[in-house]
Amino acid sequence: MTDVPDSGQFARSPAAERVSASLKRRYAAEKRFRLYGLVSILAAISFLLFLLGSIVSNGYSAFWQSQIRLEVEFSKADFDPKGTDDPKVIGGANFNAPIRDALRKLFPAVEGRANLRRLYGLISPSAPFTLRNMVLADTSLIGTRQSVWLPASSDVDVFVKGQIDVSVPEDARRIKDQDIAWIQALQERSDVELQFNTALFSNGDSRDAEVAGIWGAVVGSFYALLICLVLSFPLGVMAAVYLEEFAPKNRWTDLVEVNINNLAAVPSIVFGLLGLAVFLNFFDLPRSAPLVGGMVLALMTLPTIIIAARAALKAVPPSIREAALGVGASKVQTITHHVLPLAMPGMLTGTIIGMAQALGETAPLLMIGMVAFIVDIPGGPLDPATVLPVQVYLWADSPERAFVERTSAAIMVLLAFLISMNLLAIILRKRFERRW
Amino acid sequence: MTRHLELKTAVMNKKSEDQTEAPLRNVPRTKISATHVDVFYGEKQALMDVNLDINEREVTALIGPSGCGKSTFLRCLNRMNDVIDICRVKGDILLDDRNIYDRAIDVVQLRALVGMVFQKPNPFPKSIYENVAYGPRIHGLASTGEELDEIVMSSLGRAGLLNEVKDRLNEPGTGLSGGQQQRLCIARAIAVSPEVILMDEPCSALDPIATARIEELIDELRANFTIVIVTHSMQQAARVSQRTAFFHLGNLVEVGDTEQIFTNPSDKRTQDYITGRFG
Amino acid sequence: MQLPILVAVIIVLSFLGYYVGQRRAVAVAGGKARALHSLPSYYGLFLVLWCAVPALVVLLLWISLEPAVITQLTLAALPPETQALPPDRLNLLLNDIRNLANGNIASSDSPEIRAAAEHFGFLQQVGSAAKATVCLGLAVGGIAYGRRFIAPSFRARNAVERMVMVFLVAASTIAILTTIGIVLSLLFEAIRFFNLISPIDFLFGLTWSPQIALRADQTASAGEFGAVPIYAGTVLISAIAMAIAVPIGLLSAIYMAEYAAPGFRSIAKPALEILAGIPTVVYGFFAALVVAPMLHSSGASVGLTISPESALAAGFVMGIMIIPFVSSLSDDVITAVPRAMREGSYGLGATKSETIRRVILPAALPGIVGSILLAVSRAIGETMIVVMAAGLSANLTANPFEAVTTVTVQIVTLLIGDQEFDSPKTLAAFALGLVLFVITLFLNVIALRIVRKYREKYD
Repeated sequence: MTDVPDSGQFARSPAAERVSASLKRRYAAEKRFRLYGLVSILAAISFLLFLLGSIVSNGYSAFWQSQIRLEVEFSKADFDPKGTDDPKVIGGANFNAPIRDALRKLFPAVEGRANLRRLYGLISPSAPFTLRNMVLADTSLIGTRQSVWLPASSDVDVFVKGQIDVSVPEDARRIKDQDIAWIQALQERSDVELQFNTALFSNGDSRDAEVAGIWGAVVGSFYALLICLVLSFPLGVMAAVYLEEFAPKNRWTDLVEVNINNLAAVPSIVFGLLGLAVFLNFFDLPRSAPLVGGMVLALMTLPTIIIAARAALKAVPPSIREAALGVGASKVQTITHHVLPLAMPGMLTGTIIGMAQALGETAPLLMIGMVAFIVDIPGGPLDPATVLPVQVYLWADSPERAFVERTSAAIMVLLAFLISMNLLAIILRKRFERRW
Repeated sequence: MTRHLELKTAVMNKKSEDQTEAPLRNVPRTKISATHVDVFYGEKQALMDVNLDINEREVTALIGPSGCGKSTFLRCLNRMNDVIDICRVKGDILLDDRNIYDRAIDVVQLRALVGMVFQKPNPFPKSIYENVAYGPRIHGLASTGEELDEIVMSSLGRAGLLNEVKDRLNEPGTGLSGGQQQRLCIARAIAVSPEVILMDEPCSALDPIATARIEELIDELRANFTIVIVTHSMQQAARVSQRTAFFHLGNLVEVGDTEQIFTNPSDKRTQDYITGRFG
Repeated sequence: MQLPILVAVIIVLSFLGYYVGQRRAVAVAGGKARALHSLPSYYGLFLVLWCAVPALVVLLLWISLEPAVITQLTLAALPPETQALPPDRLNLLLNDIRNLANGNIASSDSPEIRAAAEHFGFLQQVGSAAKATVCLGLAVGGIAYGRRFIAPSFRARNAVERMVMVFLVAASTIAILTTIGIVLSLLFEAIRFFNLISPIDFLFGLTWSPQIALRADQTASAGEFGAVPIYAGTVLISAIAMAIAVPIGLLSAIYMAEYAAPGFRSIAKPALEILAGIPTVVYGFFAALVVAPMLHSSGASVGLTISPESALAAGFVMGIMIIPFVSSLSDDVITAVPRAMREGSYGLGATKSETIRRVILPAALPGIVGSILLAVSRAIGETMIVVMAAGLSANLTANPFEAVTTVTVQIVTLLIGDQEFDSPKTLAAFALGLVLFVITLFLNVIALRIVRKYREKYD
């Protein structure tokens, strides 16, 4: 294409004159049109970047948690007076008291119930559990005095990370000036530190943001996806094999094909209603169990796998089938020994992508009850659990600042899983795809 | 050998027709002049040092076996090869003494002057009227509806299609028969008032009767347009063209008056081709 | 016996059956495997099928039906007055019985309940034992029975392959079963809903405030179930979403198909696909956390009241999510327009944009319309973005700055929480679900048919 159309040439006949006259306008329109297209793509990409950017900028701070160092006295009298060394006895002790003692020792000048309560409030309400786990893991701690790091409360954490506007008058914020003074005193002694937030990855859900973790949701997702895979992959492959290789071309199989294409486009919430009505109500399966979640996800993923598997089977050239039949293999043998192995990479790729979609599903799982507040890590597919996207939804509901950053962090983890699954699918496709 | 005789007869018949119809023609002006043209598809060279002049208001036929480069050359004349990324054209092609590959040349304008009819009829999925009106519309050739109607009707008339479709101008162009579709494409090309019409094997997808009609049409059109036609059929070339150029393996082997090429070719390769030794 | 153990035993028995089958086959052939019709392994597989299939099928049926049967038997053993209790009281009672029997705490206690719990526990034990006996018996019996068929002329491979075909067909019908299941379950509950609320009120009523009767003598129509404001909300938010997605998606597709350099295309296309892969809960969070407050405060700064749960916020983010649906399909459709058509247009001297606007787009129009319909269907059925960013109150308005609610939001709100399954609120959710399913099915069928017809035109 030229940059500056020279309308002086070729202008002879009246028609040609008119053509020359039209050129400027038309090229301007061409430029505009092209610009619209470019702007659209750039707009879409910038939306994407903005979305990811805001998630990451909100979430990266959640990977660190403020910890406060305290000198805790693990006195025998408190924990194991009779010296039984029995976990039940030790576990039932009062773990709040040593923490409070330690705090009072640090700030002996604090008096009065109200002030002491604020002082105790610097440490997370879940810190006693942390202490308890510490002692139960190593009973030799009893009878010693140790420096331990305990999680600070979320108000303190948010202040330490600089996310609070302290210029606002005192009654308009949760953290008071007195708290700030104490924290600053601790900071001067290096007794307050931001440490890597392992709790986020190893704990289950909690009302206290500082110890809330995604592990329970991750395990729940794992079980749900496992059930989904175990159900949908064999069924999907078998259905695809039948439809592609054996089914006669009649109205019945047409109907099945239309059905599958439609199911792939049904809103996910309808599957949730199906699960609620049939699995929970009719079959009386346990609510909130990854088993039911997995079954619902399997129904949703089945059409995707069938469509991908059919495409993979179609891609295997007929000459292979003919060769096998030619040496006397039966149709089933041809398929199992020759066609399936060749189509397998394509099927696996489609399955991985289907699993990735299932991992991100939220709505149908809300319907079947995986939305309760579950603290314990599920031990098996029948224990009540939640899944990672639902955990994100639950945390998103909390107005606390500390939960905002953790929700974003959980999203980052979820996206990391999805990215790796999709990358796996792409690598698989690149390595094993054959061009016939 | 019989084929050779057939060709000779065809050419002789034509010559006598020409002589009884028209008075002595003026010396033909050169409309398009190609000098030292090389065309590359990526690394592969498709045309080698082609020098060819196309005369005004004549039908020039490009013949040769498959893959010899004649279509490639044709597509250079209206820069359709620009659409193909890996195609590079070297050399000069002058249209009325202006090099069409000059940077200052506007391709849009060029293509309005040099029209093209393709091998397989490709009417747009629009009505017959809209197919023909498309070119005039985008170039702004008609300022009123009546002007546009006029252009469409006259183009259809000159393409010999008007009588067959005048009652169904609003029906889709794709609903016509193969021969009618090709004439529609010719009408479409005419509607923008080109000076040159390029035809890339226009009849190869048509039956003999449709082919005959198109050949008639070409003969009528040459009164007003310069026509360059690529054809696989030597008989067709003998029937419709005044000058013929023979291509072989990317080289322009011989060019000359049609009569002379088919009755007394200078190059042995030409001789072998027209007698059917290969191709 | 525990379920997993039972299944494991059946699997082990299957292995045993395989071994027995193979040995037997070779034995009856006098040690020469060539005399057999099929490979010895097929005889083994034959016995595996005889062992595992009846046992597992019966097992599956048993565990599905056992709870209901035991419940009925327990109920039947209760004194007649207790049996005559209203259904919700009866359910509570049953829960207590179950809890007691499993060793958990029950809400109420009485000798009667404890006796019933004992009976319940007894029935469970009997059932469990019977289940194990029957299934294992079937497994072993299956091996013994199948073994009698084994002979050199017996076509084991054919028998096995016939069974394989049965499995394949069964797997294929799961898709049909799922659709039937969806339709039936939605219809069933929706019909129960329409017994309480008239369909006319539901489909055409203008007020939505789903209350349920708190006292037994309140009628269900104390709450209004007119769903029109909900449809209106869905339409409003979907319209906003499409207003964003269609222009951006279509223009992006055109640019990528016609103008973009290969390098640009290889980055831009995957980038747009990423938009499709992000879970909707992430979009919802983004809408609620970033977009809605931004709109609210920027509206306030120019004097507009934009609700913090505005339709605009939810619709805008939904539009972003839908862009790849429009652009990806449209890209395919535009690229599929035959080259001959483009060349015809260029040959006449048209510029690229003229060719696109006047020839390619009209030719690709059916496919593009199909992709838009599919996108609309997706927008209507979207749940998480609207649950997190749109409102809960049914507001009949066309103003994008106000808060509206959608069908999917209402379905979620009505079902999350401890509802009795029979209350009108829960059933209303199914009625809404039915409407949603029907409409999206309609859109999908039309869209897929258009796209298919369009593909045939150019193949």
